[in-house]
Amino acid sequence: MMTPEIWGSLTTALARLLIFPGLVFAVPAAWFFLWVERKAVARMQGRIGPPFMQPFYDFIKLLGKDAPHRTGIGGLLMKAWPLIAVSASAGAVGLLPVLPASGGFQGDLILLLALLELPSMCIIAAGFSSRSIFGEIGSAREAVLSVSYNIVFLLAILSIAASQHTFSLSALAQLPASPLRWLGIAALLICLPAKLHLNPFSLPNAEQEIYSGPMVEYAGPELAMWELSHGLEWVAATGLVATLIAPALTLWWAAALVFFALSFLIVFLLSVTAAATARLQIDTTVRFYWQCTIIFAVLAVASALFMRFRA
Amino acid sequence: MKLWNKLMCYCRRRSPWLFHMNSGSCNGCDIEIIASLSPRYDAEQLGVRLEGSPRHADILCVTGPVTHNAVEAIKTVYGQVYGPKAVVAIGSCPATTNVFIDSRTLDGPLHKHIPVDVFVPGCPPRPDAIILGVAKAAGILAARGNKAQTTEIATEPVVVPESSEVHA
Repeated sequence: MMTPEIWGSLTTALARLLIFPGLVFAVPAAWFFLWVERKAVARMQGRIGPPFMQPFYDFIKLLGKDAPHRTGIGGLLMKAWPLIAVSASAGAVGLLPVLPASGGFQGDLILLLALLELPSMCIIAAGFSSRSIFGEIGSAREAVLSVSYNIVFLLAILSIAASQHTFSLSALAQLPASPLRWLGIAALLICLPAKLHLNPFSLPNAEQEIYSGPMVEYAGPELAMWELSHGLEWVAATGLVATLIAPALTLWWAAALVFFALSFLIVFLLSVTAAATARLQIDTTVRFYWQCTIIFAVLAVASALFMRFRA
Repeated sequence: MKLWNKLMCYCRRRSPWLFHMNSGSCNGCDIEIIASLSPRYDAEQLGVRLEGSPRHADILCVTGPVTHNAVEAIKTVYGQVYGPKAVVAIGSCPATTNVFIDSRTLDGPLHKHIPVDVFVPGCPPRPDAIILGVAKAAGILAARGNKAQTTEIATEPVVVPESSEVHA
């Protein structure tokens, strides 16, 4: 039944999911990016900031704390949301076409977008199932934010895919970047702070207003899973942009190195932006995405489709 | 298993997350807690993070002389912090009720209601004394391991001397 071909593609898929760019690479990278974020903010404020291993210490410490006792269907769901979020974001990282000739299939871009969206769905659901007033407000904000930036995010991806006639990630990564793709990448970069809950769009987890929003009732190992999922989201979202920017390289180690360097650069850029800005109000944020940014994205899609018909 | 416990102790000492609670303080100590996180003192170097939710915290920092209204709130918040946990009483008020002693609106000091691990006296204490107190509490957390905090009043609470300075 199992031909060698299927075995081959299965092992490639497993290696991508578990080793590179999957869990073995992505979990330390997630901790590293979380540290870069905190360190960059600290340096911008004139502080020294946390030690290099801080996210790792936090993760282990949270694993060792008492787990909240939860009962019933609500409790089961509360336990399930962080696990779903972690597995979705790990899957998203595994799909990234970092290495040349690493496989992939037509339409894996769509799967990647779905997996990138799942953690934010889990956050919304977690806030509502926690039955906490702060959690519910945070979830409502996350939902509104998600509706706003996702239009721009998806249009930007669509314009990139349409300008290069493919929905396959590895094909997109290997084709040379057209000017239109740079427009799409700029739109993606504008959406990333909202996707990663960074200032100026850190509305769902606004510490000073609603404590930590949807996470307010989580503790111990569950909170550790949320932190990990957030870190993996960093890797996946910045990695998506990095693979779109990166030039096509044939050497695998050069490709991996360029990928990591570009991701680091984007993380640094986002952290510095976060440290330099203050949180906007929810209506200002929504207006920003619906009125200012969407024009940009619609233009990108329109010109991509126009170019396609002319070609 | 032994290695895991060692790693856990190591990580607990390096990642104290605080929840700050005011039980009728004059706001002096609260300002000093914020100051200890500011660029000049930068408690984040020790892994300290001020958390919004008591559920996320390891160390409960209480300021104020404990008014009647605050007693139930203190007990609730103390229960909301998941173990292993420690309590730091910041300022002279939670330790002795300070100048408000014998006031009919008070039900202090703090250790009548919840076990206290570290006292940081001062009116208000210096930010470096607060950081030292938090570091000591983190050390206690690591040393205590998975054992629960004793329900009686802490047997030998640590007192941070008022004139102490931390040279970070």
